[in-house]
Amino acid sequence: MTYLAKSPWIIHYDASSCNGCDIEILACLTPLYDVERFGIINTGNPKHADIFVVTGSVNEANREVILNIYNQMPDPKVVVAVGICACSGGVFRECYNVAGGIDKLIPVDVYVPGCAARPESIIDGIVTALGILEEKRSRNFNSPLVTDHHENKEHHKHAEGGAQ
Amino acid sequence: MINIVWAIVFVLVAPVVGGLVAGIDRKITAHMQGRVGPSILQPFYDVGKLFEKEQAVVNETQIFYAICYIVFMIFTGALFFAGGDLLLVIFALTLAQVFLVLGAFAANSPYSYVGAERELLQIMAYEPMVILAAVGMFVATKSFNVSDIASSTTPVILLIPGIFLGFLYVLTIKLRKSPFDISTSHHAHQEIVKGVTTEFSGPSLGLIEITHWYETVLLLGFVYLFFGFNPLIGVAAVIIVYLLEILIDNTNARVKWQLAMKSSWLIAAVVGVVNLAALYFLSGGV
Repeated sequence: MTYLAKSPWIIHYDASSCNGCDIEILACLTPLYDVERFGIINTGNPKHADIFVVTGSVNEANREVILNIYNQMPDPKVVVAVGICACSGGVFRECYNVAGGIDKLIPVDVYVPGCAARPESIIDGIVTALGILEEKRSRNFNSPLVTDHHENKEHHKHAEGGAQ
Repeated sequence: MINIVWAIVFVLVAPVVGGLVAGIDRKITAHMQGRVGPSILQPFYDVGKLFEKEQAVVNETQIFYAICYIVFMIFTGALFFAGGDLLLVIFALTLAQVFLVLGAFAANSPYSYVGAERELLQIMAYEPMVILAAVGMFVATKSFNVSDIASSTTPVILLIPGIFLGFLYVLTIKLRKSPFDISTSHHAHQEIVKGVTTEFSGPSLGLIEITHWYETVLLLGFVYLFFGFNPLIGVAAVIIVYLLEILIDNTNARVKWQLAMKSSWLIAAVVGVVNLAALYFLSGGV
């Protein structure tokens, strides 16, 4: 018997997103979608969270913040990249200040593409993440302490067994 | 008269009752907001989940303070339900709260510090009224012992209605409901009002949640004391009071700490003291 899948608390971080995906994430909390009925709570505190939901792409200003939030979260934890910018950089991929998707920096478990990602697909992504969360718990998986290596910038860090 | 059986019953049953009350609270709140809401057992899932997580704390003493918080809360509740001295119950309750504040201060974090300071302000706000409630019960029943007050045939509520209203006012602070959820709240997870638990995670946060369940049962027991002359009315009153708290929680915006402090002291000074004085003179100076 496990409780992890019944009470996923998320932390939502807006990394250089246009706010489109963020509005859709917040729409999930409204009476229409009401994700709290699955026990999902938007905590806003990395130390209480199980799922790290990131929107937008990595740039020079938010590298530190993403790493800091990820490293502060207690295990088991999963990362969900919401929106095409978080998945690959999207239309901003070639920008001089954009490094690319979130997986350039931290291991991503679930990719939710879309511009903006619809609430239904975000909820679907979170539910997929619950399975991975449960698997990590059963294997006693220890997430790595991620540090920023600028020389490895182009290296993709796909998480083990991540859904794409 | 200390009754050990009731103390043991409290220790075993209170978390179940408190957790269910929290679950029903969340369900009713969701319905009031036009949502479906989580399962009634959701608080148990949450705490179960927290115990499955990694214990990540800044400072080891935080865990110690979280354990002290729950131990003293259980002690307070057990003393209350065993029929102990009401004043000792109130002082032990304050001591338990102080351990939560110390736990928040133990981590060098600005959010945690703000939360701890707000918790201290809340303790200052509700403490006068809680002590007045104990004194009121003494004047009404001539005893500080919970067992005597609960079994007293005097209709306590009719003698100290003002003190009951004042107690309801500070109960909103104690149950961490709007408009006085200034140190920690059930809803505002992203705001600074969640400060006091910022640096707790995993099992230690779970302990704090369980402590909150114990505290809820203890406070509802306190409400029952006002109606101890008739158990049926007492239980009905406890349910009505809690539903009223949920309604207030969902229909009020949070106030600043200054207003919370001033208003709760004013209520204590006006309805509490006037009620006490009237009772004192009417009964010819006990």
